[in-house]
Amino acid sequence: MHVATSSAFKENAHRALGDAGLQRALARSGTSFIARRASAVAGLPEFEQLRDTARDIKNHTLTNLDFYLEEYERKVVAAGGTVHWCADADQARAAVLAICQKAGARTVTKGKSMIGEELAINHHLEQHGITPVETDLGEYIIQLRDELPSHIIAPAFHLNMDDWEEAFRKSHTDLPADRVFSERRDILTEARTKLRSSFLAADVGITGANFLIAETGSSVIVTNEGNGDLTQTLPKVHIVLASIEKMVPTIEDCTSLLRVLARSATGQDFSVYTTFSTGARRPGDLDGPEEYHVVLVDNGRSAMIGTEFQDMLRCIRCAACMNHCPVYGAIGGHAYGWVYPGPMGSVLTPSLIGVKQAGQLPNASTFCGKCESVCPVRIPLPKLMRHWREREFERHLTPAAVRWNLGLWAFFARRPSLYRLATRAAALGLGWLGRKKGRFTSMPLAGGWTAARDLPAPEGDTFFARYAREQRAKALT
Amino acid sequence: MTKDAILGALRRGLRRGPLPEDQQAMLRGRLERHPRHTIPARSRLPHPGQVDLFAANVEKEFGTVARVATAADVPAAVADYLAAQNLPANPIMAPHPDLRAIPWSSRPLLEIREGRAEGTDMVSIQHGFAAIAETGTLMLPSAPVRPTTLNVLTDTEIVVLRASRVVGAYEEAWDLLRAEMGGMPRNVMLVTGPSRSADIEQALELGAHGPRRLHVVMIEDGDG
Repeated sequence: MHVATSSAFKENAHRALGDAGLQRALARSGTSFIARRASAVAGLPEFEQLRDTARDIKNHTLTNLDFYLEEYERKVVAAGGTVHWCADADQARAAVLAICQKAGARTVTKGKSMIGEELAINHHLEQHGITPVETDLGEYIIQLRDELPSHIIAPAFHLNMDDWEEAFRKSHTDLPADRVFSERRDILTEARTKLRSSFLAADVGITGANFLIAETGSSVIVTNEGNGDLTQTLPKVHIVLASIEKMVPTIEDCTSLLRVLARSATGQDFSVYTTFSTGARRPGDLDGPEEYHVVLVDNGRSAMIGTEFQDMLRCIRCAACMNHCPVYGAIGGHAYGWVYPGPMGSVLTPSLIGVKQAGQLPNASTFCGKCESVCPVRIPLPKLMRHWREREFERHLTPAAVRWNLGLWAFFARRPSLYRLATRAAALGLGWLGRKKGRFTSMPLAGGWTAARDLPAPEGDTFFARYAREQRAKALT
Repeated sequence: MTKDAILGALRRGLRRGPLPEDQQAMLRGRLERHPRHTIPARSRLPHPGQVDLFAANVEKEFGTVARVATAADVPAAVADYLAAQNLPANPIMAPHPDLRAIPWSSRPLLEIREGRAEGTDMVSIQHGFAAIAETGTLMLPSAPVRPTTLNVLTDTEIVVLRASRVVGAYEEAWDLLRAEMGGMPRNVMLVTGPSRSADIEQALELGAHGPRRLHVVMIEDGDG
């Protein structure tokens, strides 16, 4: 089980910056998602309007979430399924285990599920003698390497070809040691062959859900590989892991969200497999699971309703925010220390594991606003990060040096004439000291800056002084 | 009870009790009407244009399309495709009446079996319920005559589709499904091209866990 290391964000980030393999992966993949999204968006003139629609659908659902959850459960039961309401991770883990044990399960196949990561469900099943097998290619190698995913839609974002080859050689010891991996296809083919027998042998299949639909009691998964469909079709029991905010009212609402989801995520117009599951096998059906269970998880969501963080519950997990984030692009996902990285993680993680543990994450932002500008459901991510910073400050969780410096700054900021005098003196003084080279290669108290780059010496006066001078000049003409 | 605790917590956050009956009735009305939202203009075409857009989008997503004049031409189209791809000529076929009505005996080398797919099946023939031009997407709802395993377990999936079943937007396909299947089937797959993954170095590779090839045989019935 992976303990959250979000409180060590600074050390994690430092290590990530020095990790040559990670930096290679980030440099290679960093811009591909951005270009693909841009091209998909350019191909759909209605995209901005659909973002408004997507936001409105999610807001409407959240405002009436109690109603829609009950309607949804009624429909699931009518279709022969069961809903297991779980307040927290412990209850959800117990519910999944009980279903697996009742089915006499020895192996369980899994589709990609971020809730599954949140619950650390694999660890729990293993502890009770049940073997979980991740079937999404990215999740599969993450499981082989015993890591957390580093990206919410591309779990193995941080890995390179040599990492794949190494993990496959180490784990698939029954295959000839002298086999050659010359291209990516060889990796894919080996995984396909290996996992085929797992799909056919599994007693239970566990998937996540991108959406739950109140109108029909359906759960929806969106994949490109087809692993989720094999996972939920072949075993005799299908378990859906879903958090309560996955709810949408109707198929039409879901359809509108699907139009922005794939485009924002992978830059596809539509993912390869978008599958709606409703209950268990029907009379006369030749395939499909005999039991259909939805493990419906709260785990901190209901406490966000009615707070300034309610907007975060609109998130449809497309990852556009992290794909466009300069901080994520520099350090990757593992530095964030838990399940959800990037801007959406910086807002969600403190809600789920506490600001004391994850308070550094909302500080890991340049507030460039790129995340909000690409969010398909228009979550004001920078604003929400700022709310966390305020809460952190109020609860005295901010480091002493930061508080002391903010206090010093506040002293001057409340005294404008003193502030201007001090900044002017500093600008002139530094300008004089650096007048020869025009830059500083080292500076007391600013070592963190000058260790990696030069500090430019101020040229001329402060903004205020210059502004005042120009206003005076204007008044004279 | 956990359910009541969760609903209670939501209502506390929303600063209200359970929704009043009139508001519940309003929301139920919305569920029954399931209103449409913005539908992209790209698929608002006369029907022949939608059929062409569908075929073009399937090919854009790495699928293939063979257009034939009548159902009687399907066996030749299937046999030729399998031969060209060097695939075994013993497909497993959905036991759908439309597929059964096809004169398969015109190509005696085709060894058609009916049923669900097993792990050993290489090629499946599925019945296309409807198709969506907007993104080149097939709608394949489960039924005794349309097993889900045919969509996911084989190496190659061939979908036989009537061109008259091509619609512009997803919403129109959902309306067809509501009208003809009377409620939500156990499983509805929307399939857009063959299986793929970009999990290795974010580079696209075809043929992950689902079919490596998706081939649509489209019968031009109608607005030719």
